[in-house]
Amino acid sequence: MTIQEKSQSVIDEFSMYDDWMDKYAYLIELGKDVPLIDEKFKTNQYLISGCQSRVWLHAKMKDGLILLSADSDAVITKGIASLLIRVLSGQTPKDILESDLDFLKQIGLQEHLSPTRANGLTSMIKQIQLYARAFLLKSQKL
Amino acid sequence: MTLDTQKIRADFPILSTKVNGKPLVYFDNGATTQKPLQVIHRITKYYEEENSNVHRGVHHLSQVATDKYENARTYIAGFINAQSEKEIIFTRGTTESINLMATVLESWVFANEEVLVTAMEHHSNLVPWQQLCKRQKAKLKIIPVSQQGEIDLDLFKEMLSPKVKLLALTHISNVLGTINPVKEMIEVAHNYGIPVLVDGAQAIAHTKIDVQDLNCEFYTFSAHKAYGPMGIGVLFGKETWLKRLPPYQFGGEMIDQVGYEDSTFNTLPYKYEAGTPNVAGVLGMEAALRYIENQGIDNIKKHEDHLLEYATSLLEEIDGIRIVGTAKEKTAVLSFVINGIHPYDIGTILDQMGIAIRTGNHCAQPLVESFGLPGTIRASFGLYNTIEEVDVFFAALLRAIEMLR
Ligand SMILES: Cc1ncc(COP(=O)(O)O)c(C=O)c1O
Repeated sequence: MTIQEKSQSVIDEFSMYDDWMDKYAYLIELGKDVPLIDEKFKTNQYLISGCQSRVWLHAKMKDGLILLSADSDAVITKGIASLLIRVLSGQTPKDILESDLDFLKQIGLQEHLSPTRANGLTSMIKQIQLYARAFLLKSQKL
Repeated sequence: MTLDTQKIRADFPILSTKVNGKPLVYFDNGATTQKPLQVIHRITKYYEEENSNVHRGVHHLSQVATDKYENARTYIAGFINAQSEKEIIFTRGTTESINLMATVLESWVFANEEVLVTAMEHHSNLVPWQQLCKRQKAKLKIIPVSQQGEIDLDLFKEMLSPKVKLLALTHISNVLGTINPVKEMIEVAHNYGIPVLVDGAQAIAHTKIDVQDLNCEFYTFSAHKAYGPMGIGVLFGKETWLKRLPPYQFGGEMIDQVGYEDSTFNTLPYKYEAGTPNVAGVLGMEAALRYIENQGIDNIKKHEDHLLEYATSLLEEIDGIRIVGTAKEKTAVLSFVINGIHPYDIGTILDQMGIAIRTGNHCAQPLVESFGLPGTIRASFGLYNTIEEVDVFFAALLRAIEMLR
């Protein structure tokens, strides 16, 4: 699936819930499915700053696609990481860099997922883009 | 006398806002308090009717502004019972007051000497001293705090020596709510000739401040934590000290005679007030402190103690809760963690229910880490909070826990 298609499926899933409480409960559920980062990467090097809770994010390249994994000690943050990974993991660096991530605004948690909150969302996105850029440069050099 | 909270709440327009469709419950007073109409109107009136630069004009408005500004200084001196208005320096707030002191005390703290702070300081009363000590090659020593959140007075006394050049400590902890025995500690420090700076950021709105009774050399606070505007605060300093310490910033207002080669400096308090001051802020601060005085600080304290006691008794019943800070003398601040749940998750869900609390390390990272915690959840009360709000908070908290467990 493309980023566009995956985003749409996330939007569709969240649209099933009207109540914010159910939306959060679902976000927390999604967190439980996050591809967990290998324990050995749970170090400062993979720690994302700008968040009250700790989030670790790891990226690797396989067959031209970026594979992401993460973990957090807060379940909501983990849910947010899981959302991003669900849409962006398994995509090419180029597609990641060109994506607009508009789906975050459309799932009905926009106030909570706004970039000025200390939820690490912005830092996570920046970090993923940084990985994508680095992998892209590397692949161009080869 | 008991506070009439319904009447008080009508003075604070923001308290009737809705957050996420729910009535706002504002329990983040430790971070900043809301402002009553009396303060808002005072600031507006200044800009509508009195605005002019102070201490310089020959014209009518300048005289009006100067009079109001200096009257505010006199009132504020009285509010904390300073000996004279020369001891009241207007700053941007607690942080600037402490930085001012940590800069000018370069002429007092030298290599191999010591500065004492407690383990429960806000970063604003820790980092400036840490950096001063680094610059001067002096040593910063930390007075230990028990798991209950109390200063160990015996250990404190053992740390005193002629090498110690300053004791800087908070009056009330913003994380633990502990009211420190500052008066007693100041007395002991004085036996060694050690001057004391008290960080009163969390005290000014919650307990009576009498700087002569405390006998501290320096006292600092911010207006915004006492129902006043942001960007204005006070450094109180004993005249004898402020007189002999060097100036901090240089420029207009703080000078006496200026030549191209050299200058002489103005008398107190102007020596420490370089540039055009925040006149509207000062007048707003005066209005805020008058508001507190009208309600009666003892009534306020009683009311907040009641809220704290009631909230504590409810929370203690929660399975897996740990109240952080259980000092005997405590006020207005209730920090806690829930076993197995990150504070951030609780804060996020409470916010959805219209409840404003704070989570994290509350700018006291070393303290929170020493308790082995990733942060705490903090409810902090003000004079307009009610028992009903505590009930709403408690119910919301139970709901959040249920969802997150
Ligand atoms: C104990 C304490 N000290 C200092 C400060 C800093 O105050 P301000 O940010 O107003 O300068 C605070 C504010 O959070 C505080 O709680």
